[in-house]
Amino acid sequence: MGASLPGSVAANRLFLSGNEAVALAARDAGCRVAAAYPGTPSTEILEELAKYPDLYTEWSVNEKVSLEVALGASMVGARALCAMKHVGLNVASDALMTMTVTGTEGGLVIAVADDVGMSSSQNEQDSRYWGRFAHLPVFEPADAQEAYDMTRAAFALSEAHRCPVILRLTTRICHVKGRVQPRERELHEPAGFVKDARRWVMVPGNAKPRLPLMYQRDEALRVHAEASEWNPLYQGTDRRIGFVASGPAYMHVREAFPNAPVLKLGLSHPLPVERARELARQVDEVLVVEETEPLVELELRAAGIACRGKDVLPRIGELAPDVLRPVVAGLLGELAPTAMHAALQTVFPRPPTMCVACPHLGIYYTLAQLRNINISGDIGCYSLGAGQPWNALDSCISMGASMGVALGMDKGRGAADAKKSVVAVIGDSTFLHMGMQGLLDIVWNRGNVTVLLLDNRAVGMTGGQENPGTGRDIHGEDAPRVDFARLCEALGVKKERIRVLDPYQLPVLFKALREETKVPEPSVIITDRPCVLIDHYEATQPYKVVTDKCTGCGNCIDVGCPAIHVTRRATEVKPSGKGVELAFVRIETSACTGCGLCVQPCAPEAIVHAAPEHAVNFLYKKI
Amino acid sequence: MSITNILVCGIGGQGVMTATEILAEAALSLGYDVKKTEVAGMSQRGGVVTSHLRFGPQVLSPQIMPGDADLLVGFEAAEALRWAHMLKPGGVALVNVGRLVPPVVNIGLYDYPDDPIGSIRALGIETHAFDASAMAQALGNVRLGNTVMLGAMADRLPFPAGVLLDAVLARFGARKPQLVDVNRLAFERGRQAVAAGEAQPAALAG
Ligand SMILES: Cc1ncc(C[n+]2csc(CCOP(=O)(O)OP(=O)(O)O)c2C)c(N)n1
Ligand code: SF4
Ligand code: SF4
Repeated sequence: MGASLPGSVAANRLFLSGNEAVALAARDAGCRVAAAYPGTPSTEILEELAKYPDLYTEWSVNEKVSLEVALGASMVGARALCAMKHVGLNVASDALMTMTVTGTEGGLVIAVADDVGMSSSQNEQDSRYWGRFAHLPVFEPADAQEAYDMTRAAFALSEAHRCPVILRLTTRICHVKGRVQPRERELHEPAGFVKDARRWVMVPGNAKPRLPLMYQRDEALRVHAEASEWNPLYQGTDRRIGFVASGPAYMHVREAFPNAPVLKLGLSHPLPVERARELARQVDEVLVVEETEPLVELELRAAGIACRGKDVLPRIGELAPDVLRPVVAGLLGELAPTAMHAALQTVFPRPPTMCVACPHLGIYYTLAQLRNINISGDIGCYSLGAGQPWNALDSCISMGASMGVALGMDKGRGAADAKKSVVAVIGDSTFLHMGMQGLLDIVWNRGNVTVLLLDNRAVGMTGGQENPGTGRDIHGEDAPRVDFARLCEALGVKKERIRVLDPYQLPVLFKALREETKVPEPSVIITDRPCVLIDHYEATQPYKVVTDKCTGCGNCIDVGCPAIHVTRRATEVKPSGKGVELAFVRIETSACTGCGLCVQPCAPEAIVHAAPEHAVNFLYKKI
Repeated sequence: MSITNILVCGIGGQGVMTATEILAEAALSLGYDVKKTEVAGMSQRGGVVTSHLRFGPQVLSPQIMPGDADLLVGFEAAEALRWAHMLKPGGVALVNVGRLVPPVVNIGLYDYPDDPIGSIRALGIETHAFDASAMAQALGNVRLGNTVMLGAMADRLPFPAGVLLDAVLARFGARKPQLVDVNRLAFERGRQAVAAGEAQPAALAG
């Protein structure tokens, strides 16, 4: 192990994001297998690793499979990495909770990225809990250099203690670029699989004798953490408050309080309690700054170390300097620093929208027209259907949940919902991740649900990655492609209840939905237009609005395409005396792809083809 | 030397992150410690994007706090107004007058500010407004708008404009050498727009 490759050390420092640093470190550590399911903010780790020819990478169908792939590789002695966003580890946790009992052979690193601040997730959860729950060490890098160094260290620690190691990242690590000095690359040859049923076959008789080993490992790791170079205690001249901090919060603390003593937790679990005791002896008061749950704080208190933490600091979001300064001032009995800058201006919100010509637009335009339906949704770009102007998605919980939730809505309904149809909306990747089991459940238990399976041949939400439905692998090379219609048929949906149609044809879509929601059995409507951001998508001749013909009815605005802009509003008074709001429009022809969706509801035929023009504004991305 | 804080804002797809990346490369070429971070809530879907760039001898936290930015670079007028409070007293705003109206405004739920540039000036902020899109168009390629924006920053940095120009041209030199000359021009136009504004602010008021 560890034979170095001569000449592979970069002479210069690199400028890398945390994700890129993790990827490079895994490659440099001789990692042989890396698997992931995409998820913000972790996605780029595998995207980067896939660029290196030296190792096997894959997009897995979900996080549980990716972790199992990594475990299998570790069992044969290979170094392996698996990456996911925070909620991914919930999915993978079944495997996790037993692989901590078997332990690992080749170094296994689980890079899990928490979305602290929730820029693109359905919840904010603290993955450090998994270290406690699964008895595994947790590293918390504070910048890109540490992301590199700790990934390397995590492989070594994993092999030293023969257990998976959690590398806990947050958005503010994954997506922050900084200078990184890589180190010498190692080669790592897998030792080979050693058959040993008592080690790998986790039936009770074999698993029970392994539990004490797990607790022995806990103790060894505790001793290791107390002595670890990753948990330095920095002295400071201002000893009124001493900080305990980890991850990006450490940088914020150093920025805001350069003279304070700080215990920096790099290997934050098991917690180096004795080091914290040493800090406490030096300072008047200890403040624990951790994102997001009070884990360290509670463990310190349990060890008899008095400290402050979430009693004064927020429990949600990032603990940036402007959050910390007033809190610390308060603890010190000082005045909070006053703002010297201009007042915050209120400007309209700019929520994320669907892309120009997104094939999901037609779906939501149609769903918004239908009355008496409950729409169980899922996670992906199509979650945006819950917003304006469609308001046509009624729930979004977790990957694949649209299926089970729809079935529950069907089975649980009383008189209030008796006349309503239940529709479930799910994307291709989400269906393959965790939705198809739910559909099987609907079929098997004779649910009355109409499923809209939006096959846009991409994991759109996370940037258009491949999945088993796209016919390509992580490298973009041809791969077996799942046939959704046949898959649904195999799950038991009747052949005549499965339709494949074009989501740009509004009347066809409307008719299909009306018919299928009336049939009291499971049906699946599969759409077949690609996401506009991938290369399967072909733009055609764009449209424009003939100003003289536009009557201001606003029908096209209901499509929700961002290329349609209101130029003028007016109120027309009908003979009945009723006022009708009018909105006259134009199409940003440079952005229009010619999908034809908005043309269909335009009665006066005011929308006509335009000669392809140059973009008039560089701000619009020409697709 | 202390830390320089530059906040670049706009919306997804405008090239905010690329522009900041080029700026970062310029700072790196001088040996500074550099950190760059984005706040981009689902930015690919037309959401707000801000890119924070901090450089100096040693950078700890990557985030610029309200009231700490030396320079605010707005790729879109209303976005510049949204982030105006990030500037420190005496900080400068460089703003493209181009407007991108989101669907929530189109469907009538919110109003686009009447005069975002005027509102920034009303806060007492030194503001230079120019039409980057028009300048790019005049050079025959709307995509040059990004380089115009970089040119606009060039004389407001703690290092010579040539360092930034080199970083811009290095991007194209390798991949599209035929675009080097026109990018040099676009950069110069951006520079001139701000310099002209200094001489006669009223003429360029957005
Ligand atoms: C357990 C879990 N893993 C990953 C994600 C991140 N994520 C959100 S939506 C999505 C997939 C969306 O793809 P698809 O269903 O094809 O819909 P599209 O965005 O293409 O419309 C992913 C990977 C998540 N929210 N939860
Ligand atoms: S990325 Fe693709 S799926 Fe997502 S909104 Fe854009 S076109 Fe639609
Ligand atoms: S045809 Fe209409 S809906 Fe389709 S991209 Fe153009 S403006 Fe948007």
